[in-house]
Amino acid sequence: MAHHDPLIAQDIKAYLEVQERKSFLRVFTCGSVDDGKSTLIGRLLYDSKLIYEDQMAAIERDSKASGTTGEKPDLALLVDGLAAEREQGITIDVAYRFFSTDKRKFIIADTPGHVQYTRNMATGASTADVAILLIDARYGVMEQTRRHAFIASLLGIPQVVVAVNKMDLVGFDQSKFNEIDVAFRDFAKNLNFTDIMTIPVSALDGDNVTTKSDVAPWYKGPSLLEFLEEVEVDRQSLETPFRLPVQWVNRPNLDFRGFSGTIASGTISKGDEIMAMPSGKRSRVKDIVLYKESLDHARMDQAVTITLEDEIDISRGDMICTPDHPNEVADQFQAHLIWMDDTRLFPGRQYIIRTANMSVAGSVTALKHRIDVADFSEAAAKTLELNEIGVVTLSLTKPIPFDSYLNNRTTGAFVVVDRMSNRTVGAGTIDFALRRSKNIVRQDFTVDHTARAEQKGQKPATLWFTGLSGSGKSTIANHVDQILFERGHHTYTLDGDNIRHGLNRDLGFTKEDRVENIRRIGEVSRLMNNAGLIVMCSFISPYRAERQMVRSKAGDGVFVEVFVDTPLSVAEERDVKGLYKRARSGEIKNFTGIDSEYQPPRNPEIHIKTVETSAEAAAAQIVDYLEAKGFLTIDL
Amino acid sequence: MSQEIIARIENFASRYGKSESTIARKVFNDGKTLTRLRDGGQLTPRTQEKAMAALDTLERDAAGPLGQRLTHLDRLEAESIHIMREVVAQCENPVMLYSVGKDSSVMLELAIKAFYPSPPPFPLLHVDTQWKFQEMYSFRDRRAKEAGMELITHINPEAIEKNVGPFTHGSAVHTDITKTQGLKQALDAGKFDAAFGGARRDEEKSRAKERIFSFRNEHHRWDAKNQRPELWDIYNARVQKGESMRVFPISNWTELDIWQYIYRENIQIPGLYLSAERPVVERDGTLIMVDDDRMPLEPGETPMMKSVRFRTLGCYPLTGAVESEAVTLQDVIQETLLATSSERQGRVIDSDAGQSMEKKKEEGYF
Repeated sequence: MAHHDPLIAQDIKAYLEVQERKSFLRVFTCGSVDDGKSTLIGRLLYDSKLIYEDQMAAIERDSKASGTTGEKPDLALLVDGLAAEREQGITIDVAYRFFSTDKRKFIIADTPGHVQYTRNMATGASTADVAILLIDARYGVMEQTRRHAFIASLLGIPQVVVAVNKMDLVGFDQSKFNEIDVAFRDFAKNLNFTDIMTIPVSALDGDNVTTKSDVAPWYKGPSLLEFLEEVEVDRQSLETPFRLPVQWVNRPNLDFRGFSGTIASGTISKGDEIMAMPSGKRSRVKDIVLYKESLDHARMDQAVTITLEDEIDISRGDMICTPDHPNEVADQFQAHLIWMDDTRLFPGRQYIIRTANMSVAGSVTALKHRIDVADFSEAAAKTLELNEIGVVTLSLTKPIPFDSYLNNRTTGAFVVVDRMSNRTVGAGTIDFALRRSKNIVRQDFTVDHTARAEQKGQKPATLWFTGLSGSGKSTIANHVDQILFERGHHTYTLDGDNIRHGLNRDLGFTKEDRVENIRRIGEVSRLMNNAGLIVMCSFISPYRAERQMVRSKAGDGVFVEVFVDTPLSVAEERDVKGLYKRARSGEIKNFTGIDSEYQPPRNPEIHIKTVETSAEAAAAQIVDYLEAKGFLTIDL
Repeated sequence: MSQEIIARIENFASRYGKSESTIARKVFNDGKTLTRLRDGGQLTPRTQEKAMAALDTLERDAAGPLGQRLTHLDRLEAESIHIMREVVAQCENPVMLYSVGKDSSVMLELAIKAFYPSPPPFPLLHVDTQWKFQEMYSFRDRRAKEAGMELITHINPEAIEKNVGPFTHGSAVHTDITKTQGLKQALDAGKFDAAFGGARRDEEKSRAKERIFSFRNEHHRWDAKNQRPELWDIYNARVQKGESMRVFPISNWTELDIWQYIYRENIQIPGLYLSAERPVVERDGTLIMVDDDRMPLEPGETPMMKSVRFRTLGCYPLTGAVESEAVTLQDVIQETLLATSSERQGRVIDSDAGQSMEKKKEEGYF
């Protein structure tokens, strides 16, 4: 294919040696939709003769069927590989392409521009050294340009090249180019790029893509490819602290116990003293094993197996570092979080937090603010929707060794996985550890009901479902319980089934017994509230006075009365358990609504009219109420 | 070459203040060879290679921790090893799909490296079509044994029962029953929650889009438009019962990288990649090797002996040979680099329709 070096034919061995010595760069393209990202990559591949003849023939054939470029071959088709992408002429998911020049080998990730596929853009960006940000010369900096620049900066990409594309459509107008250059630099001064380069290009015609074009003599800089070949990537220096996240313990027999992992930063040599975190235990490096070789030294990015002089307990999830610069260990962080799922973030819900070498349960206990990518302003928010970015407090169920993302792109990164769907729903970067949790432990700390609830990421509540027999109390309560449970909340439901058969088996249905029944249930619910739980109580509880008694015991801001309002005629007609029939025939005495009174609540917190509301909708209404009143988050 | 070795020994000795004879002893394992070389003596190619490798090690270790360099291949190797270890750490019951080709050979070698000195802690699975080249079967059995790994082979019972083959049923039906359906049966039977595959992103357009950890639902289907985000080298292999992961540890390798690595590491590959006189017939412009007597010859068709080799290996009736004189690995690499058509061109499966690979992948093909 594009291997056009004459050395191949002359001396293949020499050629292979040259190849081995080439440097290596990972790049990704981003920018707004239709700015020409796929076309630009197609152009790079095409101009560097990296397309096989049969592939090119297929492109020419497909260009006629679905191309968007008239007579010219549609080079975007080289990259857009999914049927849906080719049909719609858009990029949905990131595509990885490979090419090399005399100087460098490249992996280039073509990422989608549409806002709904931002998660795929972040996927492509996370492993890159350089971002190529495309801007359509006609439209300048757009919201997606800003979003992508922000994400690239957040992910720690040091170098951005702004390719001002479609310059052919503005007649290679220098003032147009300068305008965009100034506008981009102005907005990017709030970001963390160490270097910004702007280049005027036409991906369609190839101007300034691989070679300098004479259509814009006013532009004195390099072509895009020349720049990519030369750019010094500020890869982490080898002098940074040593970090080996332990991935796997290698124990083939009693004589060998090795710790396998990819070195995240720094170097290590035989004989060096090491420290294992979080235990803090020390030993020395006995050997560095890479297959049959024993290395004297190893460095960042090498996947090795290390053996130690002493038998110390190290397992997957631990970090091996050196005693002069050990990791921090903490269980509560401030972090930046990009949300990547159609289902929004539920603060308080328990998710799986996955780091470079471990997974641990954790939750977002506070959402400090959402970041508006249009102007980088901070807005108060209760949740993060798909593609939104926020600053959060992340609490884990056990402490982990870590670094800030700024210091280490491997040991400071994490993804968020949903426990139920197993989808990767978010990605985050650790800013710093919050000392709060540690301080509390050191002080004389009593475990009170607030602390118990805080640990569960919620505020305790008693949801008191009252209504006639057969009104739908238990059905709705069960729905609510299920929703809260799935969100990681800690709940329990008390109803006739689990109370009447046990705790209250000695009680009947006389008025006195009904009062005592409710009193006991109120006490149980209060204990559970103290333990931090959200409790659903589903009982007819016909008398206002008893409900008031439970309310005053539970305390303000804990008791939530839910009136499940079903007219007697409807409940009787439903008669799910056949009780009304038996009551009417006199078989059951003291039946509420028939021969015993029901006193409807006067001011319930939630009033559900089941005739016009389904059980699911009622449950959603109740969960919304809890959310709005702050029961499902905690204040920090 | 001898001059280069002498020069490297001299340089090394003066740079690190050691005597030349000390260094020479480390390089040759004796004290006389250096003198013999200076007097115009010759080395066997094997000794030369060993001496160069010994010098590489000496120079590497002497460079100190901050002087360690990683080549492109070193980086790719490390990435693949990281991926394999992650699967073993996260998944309960992984398996490695082994298709006997050069990519499988590299993947197997990487697995041996990743877990050394332990043998790779998972079995190999070969989904057999009964129509592979005979040489592939013997190579497969030998390599599995050498690696100390269990080899599971699976043939779709329906294919045996109905005697399915490309000549009688056509390539599409044959591939679907023996490969796609066969693979699903084998994965279900083994209850594997992760399966390594040797696919590369540079092979084909829909593969360029696939994640390294690629989720499959309980019907083994790939949802191309709804893949899990995959950031950094943090991989999410969590699945429910019945669902699984396809994992592609050599996603980021190109065909050239594969050949370079085979060359550098001296990896064993089936002899079919090298040219030899083989009996072939030409059909629709493709050279098909007559590997056994199951191949029906058309009227007037007689096998001709030609010097041919294969750029990819699959079912022999579906794999086109190329005429070539490349008899060594170096020749093959040279020819590959000078080729003007892509390696999958020899595969009948890809040219059916523009998106045939994507469709097959969605249905559960690798």
